[in-house]
Amino acid sequence: MTARSDGVPSQEWSASGPYDLRETLLSTPAIPLLLAAEGDGEFHAPTVADFFPPAIFFEGTPFEFNRIMLVRVIAAVVLLTVFVIAARRAKLVPGRFQNAIEMILDFVRNSIAIEVLGEKNGRKYFMLLATIFCTVLIMNITSVVPFLNIAGTSVIGLPIVLALWTYVMYLGAGVKAQGVGGFLKNSLFPPGVPPVLYILLVPIEFLQVFILRPATLVIRLLANMVAGHLMLAICFTATSFFLFDSAGAMKLFGAGTFVAGFAFFLFEVFVAALQAYVFAILTAVYLNMSVEAEH
Amino acid sequence: MDVTTLAEVSGNIGTIGYGLAAVGPGIGLGILIGKTIEGMARQPEVSSQLRTTMFIGIAFVEVLALLGLVAGFIVPA
Repeated sequence: MTARSDGVPSQEWSASGPYDLRETLLSTPAIPLLLAAEGDGEFHAPTVADFFPPAIFFEGTPFEFNRIMLVRVIAAVVLLTVFVIAARRAKLVPGRFQNAIEMILDFVRNSIAIEVLGEKNGRKYFMLLATIFCTVLIMNITSVVPFLNIAGTSVIGLPIVLALWTYVMYLGAGVKAQGVGGFLKNSLFPPGVPPVLYILLVPIEFLQVFILRPATLVIRLLANMVAGHLMLAICFTATSFFLFDSAGAMKLFGAGTFVAGFAFFLFEVFVAALQAYVFAILTAVYLNMSVEAEH
Repeated sequence: MDVTTLAEVSGNIGTIGYGLAAVGPGIGLGILIGKTIEGMARQPEVSSQLRTTMFIGIAFVEVLALLGLVAGFIVPA
């Protein structure tokens, strides 16, 4: 850390590759708690730079490994460990741990796969939906886990991967069920519409099916996690600021922001689960729309 | 001819943009969830189907508000 002339410590971020532009465009990346602990008397709110931490390995390459990638790797290892353990020791009459895992998978199968896709297709696409649900859930949950503090899905890479998987799957399912021509005709030319309206409707449907569905899947997941992290960070940074750095009576506000922080923590857990459910059920809905032919 | 600035607002206009963007989805979500509650009250036996459809609808409506939030970050100030 180097000190600027006015004594406020600043840190050189590893400005390399595509991140140079962000550094110049965004406000100074600050480490709020560190600065608060040094008592410089000013409140530094979290910024978007929180989502671009310095690299640990492979700086400057596309394979840059930073704290968020580390969180994702940890979450993936935990997910695999939990399911491998549950599957290895599977008994006919489940114990508590196996029961809990079965509850999650049952929820995905009944409320998402079979409810939207029906019996046959529901069982066929169940594995896809369960993987998407569990992956999004555990990557979102890391935003409230104490030492991880950042959601694996709060940087755009992971939502893009999941949305691309959904995209390829529903296009592929549609082509397989109805052929390329039939799929395009059923998606782009909805039946029961006066032919003259097709001029307006076809470009909209084209944008919907081929561009907007994956894009909105990405943005919905990403923006929810970014906003949640920023809100949590603001609440807890404000608590630290009020309790340590502010004059006399202002310290009372620290209690208020702490309560708000706790409330937001609970809300964030709910949003994590809800976004996993929404991603999975939208995947199921898009698959259903591709696979069933319009009568 | 010099233009005289009478009043000025400085800072990130993305915050105003998000505020405007949140009005529509706020109303939309209220209507959507309200109608679902009404439907559940009329016909409790289809409650779970209504709930599922409500979540799908919420996802679409919320995207518009989130686009407003994200646009403030994507487009540089």
